[in-house]
Amino acid sequence: MKFERYGIGIAKGLSVTIRHLLRRPVTTQYPEQRLNTSRRIRGNELIWDREKCTGCATCAKTCPQGVIHIVTSVSIEENKYKVEKFEVDTGYCIFCGLCVEACPYEALFMGYAYERARYRRGELVLAEEGLLASDERKPSGYAHPEIAATLPKQTLLLDKDRGKR
Amino acid sequence: MTMAALPPDWPGGFWLHWGVFVVVIFVFVMATIMGFIWFERRAMAIMQARLGPNRAGPFGVLQPVADGIKVMLKEDIVPAKGDKVVHWLAPVVAFVPALMIFAVVPFQGGAILADLNIGILYIVAISSVTTVGVFMAGWASNNKYSLLGAMRQVASVVSYEIPVVLSIVGVVLLAGSLSMQQIVMAQDIPFILLQPLGFLLFFIGALAEINRAPFDLMEADSEIVAGFHTEYSGMKFALFYLVEYGEALAISAIVTTLFLGGWRGPLLLPWLWFLIKVILVFFVIVWIRTTVPRIRIDQLMALAWKFLFPLALINLIITAVEILVWPAGSLWVLVPINIAVMIVLVLLWSRFFKLGWGKVEV
Repeated sequence: MKFERYGIGIAKGLSVTIRHLLRRPVTTQYPEQRLNTSRRIRGNELIWDREKCTGCATCAKTCPQGVIHIVTSVSIEENKYKVEKFEVDTGYCIFCGLCVEACPYEALFMGYAYERARYRRGELVLAEEGLLASDERKPSGYAHPEIAATLPKQTLLLDKDRGKR
Repeated sequence: MTMAALPPDWPGGFWLHWGVFVVVIFVFVMATIMGFIWFERRAMAIMQARLGPNRAGPFGVLQPVADGIKVMLKEDIVPAKGDKVVHWLAPVVAFVPALMIFAVVPFQGGAILADLNIGILYIVAISSVTTVGVFMAGWASNNKYSLLGAMRQVASVVSYEIPVVLSIVGVVLLAGSLSMQQIVMAQDIPFILLQPLGFLLFFIGALAEINRAPFDLMEADSEIVAGFHTEYSGMKFALFYLVEYGEALAISAIVTTLFLGGWRGPLLLPWLWFLIKVILVFFVIVWIRTTVPRIRIDQLMALAWKFLFPLALINLIITAVEILVWPAGSLWVLVPINIAVMIVLVLLWSRFFKLGWGKVEV
């Protein structure tokens, strides 16, 4: 005799739902509460390091979307390339991370932040100054384990102290 | 109509009483419906590990107000090929009876708009009129989903009215009166203990009559969009929304009055007891909504005619026999007997219960 048919099934279900009254909600109220993302997130398009960049244009060649525009000039006195223009149309970026992996001088990073919404398409085209690292645009640990080690651990919905941040 | 339950020192007499209570009931119903909308959304959210509305006002209590303002600003759309007059009339026909039920609900001794000597019969009669409004809405919308939802509603109300009324008769037999006030007065032992099976049947049937989950298949969004109010927007939709919660409030109040001893209880004020019990019953309704999945139309019909109806008849016969042969004054002995009878009957009938000539097992 299966008692599930005699109302026990409904009673079991009712006890499950009533126990949820004591459970913490899993909702994160986004603008006020944020979760830490993965440390290796391919978040904000690109972070560019002006000092390390040699203007070799490897990134522009690997980019499957062809959105990296780099213009260099030769400086005779210093005997090296000078980067005149480094421009990324991030509206077309697919976050594949190939440019970061390809850069032979580790001058490119994926970003750790993720809020990229803009009002105009033109604002998505980032040039030299806009691509530099800042407090809002930290590099993520993608393809850079030494950076990943410095970032906070990812928080999951199940974590207890989640609501406090 | 008897006015016997009025306190003799009531100032002003009949018309003042009438005026005051119409206002009180209207305010009470509107405020409680608002509260219930908020309460249901919050309670359901917590049971589903969510937060629910918490932006408008403290803990989101103003959410129903915000919803109301939003819905009133919406465009009122009438289907081009719909029956325009009926479409306009349907929400009113559905809403007014839901409000009229509260005329005979006693909030405490004497605090009642009209202590009809046929109070519960009046409720049974008037609450069915809401269905006419729903059917008008389904018909006038000129939409297959609306009509299907309305047909389901009519079918379910016609079927479930019978077990509901039969279980009410059990209560009336015990109380010896149809007046809501007298029924509460008679409950030295709450009738949920003397009529456990009747309570179960009444509660299930009532859930089906007011389209609450798991019997909300007349507005099953997964199959027929929104049922009868698919083509409604703006204030008309708001009225249907109010009907839904008004009926839930009415059923909570009726269950409280018939089975839970109405306003009676120790220590606290009578009307506070009434309110606490109403909210408790409503919480159970919400609880069931979060738990039980929606059933099919054939299951709905089978449950009414093969399960609730025979059990209601048996319950009525048992109650009648008990009242005839049982000596007065020892009703407490009946409580364990009736609970045992309920368990045996429910188990037995669950064993018999089959869908579609028994070819499909539940």
